[in-house]
Amino acid sequence: MAVVETDPTDPRAAPDMAVAKPQGYWSGVMSRLVRDPVTMLCAGVVLALILAAIFAPFLGLGDPYKGSMIARLKPLGTAGHILGTDEQGRDMLVRLIYGGRLTLFIGLVPVVLAFFIGSALGITAGYVGGLTNTLIMRTVDVFFAFPSVLLAIAISGALGAGITNSLVSLTIVFVPPITRVAEAVTSGVRKLDYIDAARATGASAWTVIRVHVIGNVLSPIFVYASSLTSVCMILAAGLSFLGIGVRPPEPEWGLMLNTLRSAIYVNPWLSALPGVMIFVTSLCLNLLSDGLRSAMNVRD
Amino acid sequence: MSVTDTYTPVPDTGGPAQPLISVRGLQKHFPIKGGILGRMQGKVQAVDGVSFEVKKGETLGIVGESGCGKSTTAKLLIGLIEKDKGEIIFDGHALGERLSLKDLRRGVQMVFQDSYATLNPRLTILDSVAFGARVQGLDDPDDLARKMMDRVGLDPNRFAHRYPHELSGGQRQRVNIARALAMSPRLVVLDEAVSALDKSVEAQVLNLLSDLREEFGLTYVFISHDLNVVRYISDRILVMYLGEVVEVAPVDSIWSEQAHPYTRSLFSAMPAMDPDERTEEPPLAGDPPNPINPPSGCRFHTRCRFASAVCKERAPNLAGLTRRGDHLVACHLYDAGSGHPKAGQGVPK
Repeated sequence: MAVVETDPTDPRAAPDMAVAKPQGYWSGVMSRLVRDPVTMLCAGVVLALILAAIFAPFLGLGDPYKGSMIARLKPLGTAGHILGTDEQGRDMLVRLIYGGRLTLFIGLVPVVLAFFIGSALGITAGYVGGLTNTLIMRTVDVFFAFPSVLLAIAISGALGAGITNSLVSLTIVFVPPITRVAEAVTSGVRKLDYIDAARATGASAWTVIRVHVIGNVLSPIFVYASSLTSVCMILAAGLSFLGIGVRPPEPEWGLMLNTLRSAIYVNPWLSALPGVMIFVTSLCLNLLSDGLRSAMNVRD
Repeated sequence: MSVTDTYTPVPDTGGPAQPLISVRGLQKHFPIKGGILGRMQGKVQAVDGVSFEVKKGETLGIVGESGCGKSTTAKLLIGLIEKDKGEIIFDGHALGERLSLKDLRRGVQMVFQDSYATLNPRLTILDSVAFGARVQGLDDPDDLARKMMDRVGLDPNRFAHRYPHELSGGQRQRVNIARALAMSPRLVVLDEAVSALDKSVEAQVLNLLSDLREEFGLTYVFISHDLNVVRYISDRILVMYLGEVVEVAPVDSIWSEQAHPYTRSLFSAMPAMDPDERTEEPPLAGDPPNPINPPSGCRFHTRCRFASAVCKERAPNLAGLTRRGDHLVACHLYDAGSGHPKAGQGVPK
């Protein structure tokens, strides 16, 4: 029988089509990422921040807690204090680098935890549907009754101050929105014919979810979750400000922003520095998640 | 080793005389939920008391208007939606008794209409084709998938590692056929499998399906709205209307004489190639009635020119014509004792 489309002697077939590259999905994602300069730059910045945060004690920096009453609020470019000093005379550069440790930790960990918990809940609700969906989604809706800031404050307040409790409360705050996004995307994918075709092979629900659902729902959930990282850092800063999160004198960007806000008339550039760090970090995270989304889309 | 050697269907159990699949009184009503508490407001009677048999090696064509329950029947056959009532018996084993859903799916596969939506956009063609074989634990699924791709006319060296969006509609439908056949099924349900393809590709795929049927000894249930396509591929044709079977007959028999008034309208709506063969039959007016509240008695009586009082009261049974026993029709006109004024006379020529 005639097979026009696949005739190997067909001169219309492009020569490069004749050689199929055996390339896995993730190596394809990586090769697309490497060709995207903006994403690579952002990945570099985020990586540098993370590395600086991890290796801060080994960089030969000064003590982030050591202040000086005579060297308070020195402007940027002061000898010995290249980024100036804060309201207690502590070196801003050292505190910003050390601050990255807590800030990134508190900004990323709750989102990562909430990403796993919320995805699991949302994919289950969206795939199984019916009563399971109703139970999970209505429970999640209860959390939507409270504004996220208020919810974080309420939970942190009930648990008491401290980093662990902040992590717990922020995770609880971010699980409902991620669950909702995961559920919406999954129930959309669930209706598609390829899920039916996969079920028709006799595959178990778990196999269908693992092979056919997760790959198709994870990137929108991932992009949404990564956009929550900056919100999470700001919420954590809010908790610190109220005395139910990180407590002074710990260096943390949100907390530094709050303590330096009284100095805004004395030295505005200095007090903006922790904000700049939060801005640059969240911008890079957002651009990085956008880049990942495009790279994870095989249709580009 | 050729692809025929790697084809390992479930063994035959009942001999050639036993139907491969037989369906008795199949019923599916979809609840319509609404209101504040999601209470049931009604039921869509998608499939209502459908019975038929498919013999080993034959192709049964199912035709009917949109919304008549063709696709629902297909999905019930493969267990993608759960039946409310009725029996599905595959080669002598009733589903749910001696046959599990997983066993049924080993013996029955389906090719869907939308060739794009049925392929996972993130899986390569090879992974899609091999998925079923992996799930069922067949030997060397990748090799099997490559051979099956080759058999349906897709060079595995060129296509194995490509993604669905890189293929044309015809190529994707070949992938879907390869995927279904990689499971070594005995029955393939083709739900509008060629309807979305353009005519030249449609012909190629139909030829491929005929060849595969012969090579692997397959049995098809071929669902389509295109009567010419169904005639080409089928041995028998089943006509559905609003979730019920109105006529079942061998292709030649139904082509020469459409017994049911609905079948007659359906055939007369088919454009004739020859202007001299134009029918004078008036086409059916309006849409089919709402399947939420289907008409009483014979469901076709609201649009039937020959309807009488008895048609509104009592639903006709599916019974053989007097002259041809294998030509079944559900119409009071053919039942001498039905009480219809023209009972026993059949539809006038």
